[in-house]
Amino acid sequence: MSTASEGTRHGLSAVLHRHPRLRLSLLIGPPMLWLGVAYLGALGALFITSLWGQDSFTGTVVREWNLDNFRILWESEVYRKIAFRTVGIAALVTAIDVLIAFPVALYMAKIASPRMRQVLVIAVLTPLWASYLVKAYAWRIMLSEDGVVSDLGGLLGIDTPGYGLVAVVITLAYLWLPFMILPIYAGLERLPDSILEASMDLGAKTGHTVRRVVVPQVFPAVIAGSIFTFSLSLGDYITVRIVGGANQMLGNVVYDNVGAANNLPFAAAVATIPVVIMLVYLGAARRTGALENV
Amino acid sequence: MTPRHLRWPRIVAACAALTLTAACGTTSSDDKASDGGFKAPDLPMLQKLGDPEGEVNILAWPGYAEDGSTDPKVDWVTDFEKESGCQVNVKYFGTSDEAVSLMKTGEYDVVSASGDASLRLIAGGDVEPVNTDLVPNYADVFDFLKDRDWNSVDGQMYGIPHGWGANLLMYRTDEVTPAPTSWGAVFDTDSPYKGKVTAYDSPIYIADAALYLMKHEPDLGIENPYSLDQDQLDAAVDLLKDQRGLISEYWSDYLKEVQAFTTGDSVIGTTWQVIASVAKGEDVPVEAILPEEGSTGWSDTWMVSSKSDHKTCAYLWLDHIISPEANDAVAEYFGEAPANAKACDIATEGFCDEYKAADADFAAQIWYWTTPIEQCLDGRTDVKCTDYGDWTQAWTEIKG
Repeated sequence: MSTASEGTRHGLSAVLHRHPRLRLSLLIGPPMLWLGVAYLGALGALFITSLWGQDSFTGTVVREWNLDNFRILWESEVYRKIAFRTVGIAALVTAIDVLIAFPVALYMAKIASPRMRQVLVIAVLTPLWASYLVKAYAWRIMLSEDGVVSDLGGLLGIDTPGYGLVAVVITLAYLWLPFMILPIYAGLERLPDSILEASMDLGAKTGHTVRRVVVPQVFPAVIAGSIFTFSLSLGDYITVRIVGGANQMLGNVVYDNVGAANNLPFAAAVATIPVVIMLVYLGAARRTGALENV
Repeated sequence: MTPRHLRWPRIVAACAALTLTAACGTTSSDDKASDGGFKAPDLPMLQKLGDPEGEVNILAWPGYAEDGSTDPKVDWVTDFEKESGCQVNVKYFGTSDEAVSLMKTGEYDVVSASGDASLRLIAGGDVEPVNTDLVPNYADVFDFLKDRDWNSVDGQMYGIPHGWGANLLMYRTDEVTPAPTSWGAVFDTDSPYKGKVTAYDSPIYIADAALYLMKHEPDLGIENPYSLDQDQLDAAVDLLKDQRGLISEYWSDYLKEVQAFTTGDSVIGTTWQVIASVAKGEDVPVEAILPEEGSTGWSDTWMVSSKSDHKTCAYLWLDHIISPEANDAVAEYFGEAPANAKACDIATEGFCDEYKAADADFAAQIWYWTTPIEQCLDGRTDVKCTDYGDWTQAWTEIKG
């Protein structure tokens, strides 16, 4: 018995040894299957659902192929407005995060002492441990009529923006900031100090060095960070429900159509919009060569 | 190297295609639902109670199934659990739409459905007829709540009446002066409370605007706020689009509304009595009134899921929740008229008079939430009315 099973085991490893292709497919087959079925398959199912309709009274899905959902999306102005608003918010959040994250990351990577650097990395990561909802509700309380923002801002003559788009941008920029700082920090850390010294030796001033040497070098890292902040903002619907007042973003339209109207096909059609926007964005990012650094 | 590089995308594409075919495979077998018209699927009802199954999953309006965790004094669930041996799991919902989609999951045994959900649940086959003989307390329910068009089909009850009430206008007494008497306070575009008005976040809120127009713009000829032809719907939508400029936020989460009134981010808007009570309990200076135009409202029905695995416990809950004690406790806590006539015998003195619980004429004046359908509910046959799908679309446009 033992020789027989040993023989099989030996035979199996011999087969594997002789067929490198088989070895490779056994190794990466399961993860690829997961990617193919669970990931792309879900996207495919989403797209197929968007081609169905719904019985408006009982809410049951009517499986008849048509493009009505996309026609409604295209024709009614309100969805175009919401889509543009959502992209605008995502772009603004990304821009604000870049502006805040770049100096912070530069300080962390190039100026701070090793000890300080550790403290700062932990400080950047800590907010990620707290629940998203806790942070969003904290902003709701801070931005309310008698909240901290209006109390402290009152000293400077600033009133709270109240619940609305401004509050959404502030909250999202706060929530996604670590996702921007970390890639830029990693990119700056890879940048050798000798290049900076060479630039200085050749007579470039600090501002000039940052503009002509540092920024082009970390640009791919900024794009990598922006993919996170942009896509996370694009799909968000909870923050806008908590601090967005009466406004809605694409995520809310999806949510309302799933949760309230129970119109899954239409929700699926709306959900393809951010997918398309992200594909365009990734295509553009690829052209800059940034994806190789993600 | 290149050929192998090319192969992976192809394999991934094949996997994806496989999933798609699997998803499409179900296309043909699905039966088509009738278009907008009403037809109840043929479902059996329970003939006899069995042994309690040990648990019951309840889908309810906030405040309908309190077990003392919100307020130790407010508890009509713990005793039921002890007596029946049915562990109670409660999920609260904020809008009727949410209730309908949650019931489709089949994970809940009973639901407290308002009139804008009940018919959709019946038509969708999500709830089954209820055998009222198995619910002894049903005999004491006010007659004017039995066999109504939102809880029965062709004389067959699909649930047990729970209670009814009106949507109210709530305002901060320290901020809003003089006290409002009309819904005009939330529709007036010159309102001094601009940016601090709140409204209910559901397409059914369009009926509130329609009710206001019914009283103030008789030329539109609105007879029933749930039966609007395209012109009437457009008028209501225009009114709500103007109101959009006044809104601080729409609410569907009742605790979020309490918080908004506490901080003063909202100072006036539509509400339920229970929200006013919770806010008052937290010493927020608010008052809730029934404006002169009358109001939309709800008449709720406990229904049993057709997919329930705990039907005996479900029926035991139905009987318990409309027992005089529990029905009175819910009604007084939530602020609505109880369905059980005997609940009024043990209620706090004057409670049933205040809510006119036994007054069928008063109950008839409230426009209970009901699902708008293509056939006009007010009896018109020369026009097609807008259905709930149109209302949902309109609601998205109103919010913008």
